[in-house]
Amino acid sequence: MRSIDPQDVQARIDRLRGQDLYVHIEMTTGAYAAHYDQTKHQASAFVKNGRIRFSHGSVAGRGPYRVGLKTDEGWVYAEGLTHYEDEETDRLILQGHDRDGKLVVALLLSPLPF
Amino acid sequence: MKKILVVLPHPDDEAFGAAGTLAMHVSRGARVTYACLTLGEMGRNMGFPPFANRVTLPQIRQAELEASCRAVGIQDLRLLGFHDKTLEFEDPDKLAGRIGELLEEIRPDLVITFYPGYSVHPDHDACGAAVIRAVGRLPEAERPAVHCMAFSHDCEQALGKPDVVNDVRPFLEQKLGALNAHRSQFRYGTLPARGRLSETEFAEWLGRERFWTYRWPKSDL
Repeated sequence: MRSIDPQDVQARIDRLRGQDLYVHIEMTTGAYAAHYDQTKHQASAFVKNGRIRFSHGSVAGRGPYRVGLKTDEGWVYAEGLTHYEDEETDRLILQGHDRDGKLVVALLLSPLPF
Repeated sequence: MKKILVVLPHPDDEAFGAAGTLAMHVSRGARVTYACLTLGEMGRNMGFPPFANRVTLPQIRQAELEASCRAVGIQDLRLLGFHDKTLEFEDPDKLAGRIGELLEEIRPDLVITFYPGYSVHPDHDACGAAVIRAVGRLPEAERPAVHCMAFSHDCEQALGKPDVVNDVRPFLEQKLGALNAHRSQFRYGTLPARGRLSETEFAEWLGRERFWTYRWPKSDL
């Protein structure tokens, strides 16, 4: 994983435009958030292998970054993204890690199921 | 020869609470089968700094689990192929049925899992519940002892003190080998207990593994 280079990520988003894709999107506070600190509201959500096709998408912010993908009937949105996998060719792997290195948010796109 | 079946949901669940105990049993000639229900594919830790990602994490964690088993001396690792975070939503009969097949095949003298309801992570509780369901289907006289790990804040209040406390200090090398094998998940210095405990307390915490023998409710008998 590398720190997000917004220009490179934008080019990767553009290459995936207008195709049938699988999306994995998640956000999590961690499975032990409330165990270690009872004032924390523990929450998480994920969708694995949702189907999506977007007409345009872009990266915003100065880091951590936001990504929005406009679909025919709605949007896919993620905030807090810090890292991406620069060695991937067909897939886009965007993740947001906190200062301890733990994953907080992820947005993944692929022509094939995850 | 003593046969032990360990059923836990995530690679690394063995490392904190049971690795020393398993190494101890192996040193006495036990044969250990470890059924790991998922590959921990939804884990938040990806290395320090991250070297895994959401896509590569399951394969990396599988390799780490295999290394941990080697460090402890676990002879037989079974990967059951369920998905991290989803155990409580699986068909309970399917999950228990899969564990039942292992009980039938291995006929263990001892089963190690999480105590359902007192193990914090929903996958831990669902795993323990499935094991209890599977063992509970056996005739009472054929049921192996079930030693459960528990660590919810209320576990001692509800269950009392653990009735099995193993001094695993002679097996810390194996235990640290297991912990260090899961390198995407922990750094020794950042184990959660490390911050809470003094140096001496931490050594004590590592060297002592605690289990509660599952107590069957009257209605199950």
